[in-house]
Amino acid sequence: MAEVEAKEYLKGGEFLIRTVESDEIFIPEDFSEEQKMMAQATTDFIEKEVVPQRDRFEKKDYAFTEEIMKKAGELGLLGITVPEEFGGLGMDFNTSMLVCDRISGVSGSLSTAYGAHTGIGTLPVQLYGTDAQREKYLPGLASGEIMGAYCLTEPGAGSDANSGKTKAELTEDGKHYKINGQKIWISNAGFANLFTVFARIEDDKYLTAFLVERGTEGMSFGEEEHKLGIHASSTRQVFFNDCIVPVENMLGERNGGFKIAMNALNYGRIKLAVACLDAARRVISYGVSYANERKQFGVSISSFGAIQQKLAEMTTKTWVAESAVYRAGQDIENHIIRLQEGGMSSAEAKLKGVEEYAIECAILKVLGSEVGSYVADEGIQIYGGMGYSADAPMEQAYRDVRIARIYEGTNEINRLHSVAMLLKKALKGEMDLMSPAMKVAGELMEIPSFDTPDYSVLFAEEKEIIEKLKKSILMVAGKAVETFGMDLEAEQEIIMNAAEMLIEVYAAESGILRAEKLAKQKGEEAVAHEINMAKLYLHGAMEQVAKHGREAIYSFAEGDEQRMMLMGLKRFTKAANPYNLKTLRRSIAAKVISDNKYPF
Amino acid sequence: MKVLVCISHVPDTTSKINFTADNSAFDKNGVQFVINPYDEFGLTRAIWLKEKKGASVTVLNVGGNETEPTLRKALAIGADNAIRVDAEPSDAFFVAKQIAAVAQEGGYDLIIAGRESIDYNGGQVPGMVAALLNWPFVNACVGMDGEGPEFNFTREIDGGKEKLSASLPLVIGGQKGLVEESDLRIPNMRGIMQARTKPLEVKAAVDAETKTSVGSFSKPAPKSAVKMIDAENVSELVQLLHDEAKVI
Ligand SMILES: Cc1cc2nc3c(=O)[nH]c(=O)nc-3n(C[C@H](O)[C@H](O)[C@H](O)COP(=O)(O)OP(=O)(O)OC[C@H]3O[C@@H](n4cnc5c(N)ncnc54)[C@H](O)[C@@H]3O)c2cc1C
Repeated sequence: MAEVEAKEYLKGGEFLIRTVESDEIFIPEDFSEEQKMMAQATTDFIEKEVVPQRDRFEKKDYAFTEEIMKKAGELGLLGITVPEEFGGLGMDFNTSMLVCDRISGVSGSLSTAYGAHTGIGTLPVQLYGTDAQREKYLPGLASGEIMGAYCLTEPGAGSDANSGKTKAELTEDGKHYKINGQKIWISNAGFANLFTVFARIEDDKYLTAFLVERGTEGMSFGEEEHKLGIHASSTRQVFFNDCIVPVENMLGERNGGFKIAMNALNYGRIKLAVACLDAARRVISYGVSYANERKQFGVSISSFGAIQQKLAEMTTKTWVAESAVYRAGQDIENHIIRLQEGGMSSAEAKLKGVEEYAIECAILKVLGSEVGSYVADEGIQIYGGMGYSADAPMEQAYRDVRIARIYEGTNEINRLHSVAMLLKKALKGEMDLMSPAMKVAGELMEIPSFDTPDYSVLFAEEKEIIEKLKKSILMVAGKAVETFGMDLEAEQEIIMNAAEMLIEVYAAESGILRAEKLAKQKGEEAVAHEINMAKLYLHGAMEQVAKHGREAIYSFAEGDEQRMMLMGLKRFTKAANPYNLKTLRRSIAAKVISDNKYPF
Repeated sequence: MKVLVCISHVPDTTSKINFTADNSAFDKNGVQFVINPYDEFGLTRAIWLKEKKGASVTVLNVGGNETEPTLRKALAIGADNAIRVDAEPSDAFFVAKQIAAVAQEGGYDLIIAGRESIDYNGGQVPGMVAALLNWPFVNACVGMDGEGPEFNFTREIDGGKEKLSASLPLVIGGQKGLVEESDLRIPNMRGIMQARTKPLEVKAAVDAETKTSVGSFSKPAPKSAVKMIDAENVSELVQLLHDEAKVI
């Protein structure tokens, strides 16, 4: 039959075992005029209302954060994905990502308040609430009249969130629950009106969620925590002392709270990744304009290769992280639409849509927060001594971004999680990891193929490298599973290696596919910088995969097997035509320097 | 009251300006376009008239379809409908003829334009429109009040201000002061979504001559580096000011 079979959509985690084409992925350049207008309006809002007063955040002016959140509500920025019947805009997932991106860069305080409110503060009600609960709370959450907070963490239960000791006990008349316990690190606690609180009923295996309004008897607050950064993000302990909540305020099912918590976190993770992007862009813009101004040895420091190298790397990592984040964001949206078309309710589809890509969400949380941290760190370095001064913008950016590696699941937890979920998918038979892993193992015994791709075609070699990097992961992870079986869980160092490789490959592939798609749309010449960035990132990813692959292999393989795997890894992580990295970086830096800001 | 607001689609003020290889035209490559800032003051003032006096607000641009995002932004900010006259805005007279034709056909009684567009800075269009329609013209307008049809205006003139009044129909060349910068509106998300369904009519241009033609463009000479001269060395300073800077 001549008919070409329609390609199956790319499932969560499946990027590891299948070739992805550039026309399958979404790139930020694909945003519609309307979405771009929303992004621009958000940026204009930040520039007009926030930037001129940003030092108020550093003075722990919590009221300012609250005031800006209210104004954001008036502009409609708090209800992007809330359905229209509940006073929101009913827009798609990637639009909410775009708005979150643009609102979050100026200050971690605002970013945290926005994330806690629109993400973990609003989503549980939106996705699990009964009609009555949604009617009561969603319109206010969407408009900003009600501010949301999320109480999961306890002094004794952080990463191990389900171990919380907060109890909920049904009262004798059966009409109320009595909540007792202590929550810690609760963002927005100082001004939130609605708290999603996780507590355990009797000896249930899992937690149950409750909606608790501020002012409910038996609820009280600790002092504001003094923190390294995000100084005007309100963070307090919340105490529940015989706090009486009507039974109709239970959210979702009894025992279903942990699932709510985890699903809210899937959202939170990809949102956190996107929230790190604009902070990075701003640091780059400050960094390059300082480098252009600052003179040493009679010239602008931006003329030094050592500084150009930083600008090129900072810009490349940011651009690549952006490529990966919006790619996954649209994959999630497309899946939501698919599920809805298949007859699922909108709330259910939104849950399952993001759950499908939970691996990508975990990967991106790590990628976004670490790119943000890297960029802020180099930003300080470009400013030299001035970077260390609280009077220059870098110091705040550096402190603010640090939290991103801790909340919404620490980066260690997310790394572990990404690999664990992948293996779980394989175990459950949802994804066939074993056959491709065996195929790679077989390939190690064969004489390598000497076929070379047509190097004159854009990215012919790069796409081959991506496939080889995927093989590296399959080889290492496959062998580790074979060696340790279920005990692999205890080999966290090896899981960390595998996670690192996974993150780098997803990011590098996203960059290459974006640049390729752009080249198809605009011609290679018009997107020369994007092509260079995709290549530069791929080079770094290849080095990382080689390094972590080697570490893992040294950690568990021995003798001939070790030698064979190392040889395979070497073959998989070697470019036939290495780039001149200096030239690549210089040309990217030249663009940043001439635009005097983040240029993409 | 029917208000027609002229919206010019201009490069963002932070854009890097370049010309095409033969210097015959502005190079639009990679440039972000926005509502002409002078027009944005006028648009905001028109929206006040809508909110306070129930006026209808139409935004108008003479240009190709690449200007439609700018018109839709004006709709998102609050205009009721938009008209695009589908033609290359070849010179001020051509554009003025188009605006006058739309104004006459649509029965508008107030035209608000910016005192100039920040791209080519001609500053001629609103005056020409007023002349073509035989309407009063208040240029460099920094204030407007009254209940209509007579309004009181404040104009900025060299070294001071002028107060005057005029009755509808009339043309305003507006600028900051008509409303303040803090009054400018960021479109809210719902406004942006509603803009999708507001009418944007594309009209064919009426016949009009283009009376000027562009020769070439050039950029100002780049600033040369600052030269430091020792504070004691007055003779060198004088010599440099005379020979190099040629200012004395
Ligand atoms: C500013 C701020 C705002 C916050 N906002 C909220 C909020 O609004 N709502 C809320 O509920 N929580 C919030 N948190 C809590 C946050 O989510 C937790 O701090 C985070 O999940 C880590 O838990 P922990 O602090 O108990 O650290 P721990 O779990 O004690 O972790 C300590 C270290 O051990 C590592 N570790 C833990 N378990 C493992 C493991 N199994 N394997 C390997 N390494 C491990 C961690 O990665 C980390 O490096 C906030 C925290 C902060 C600091």
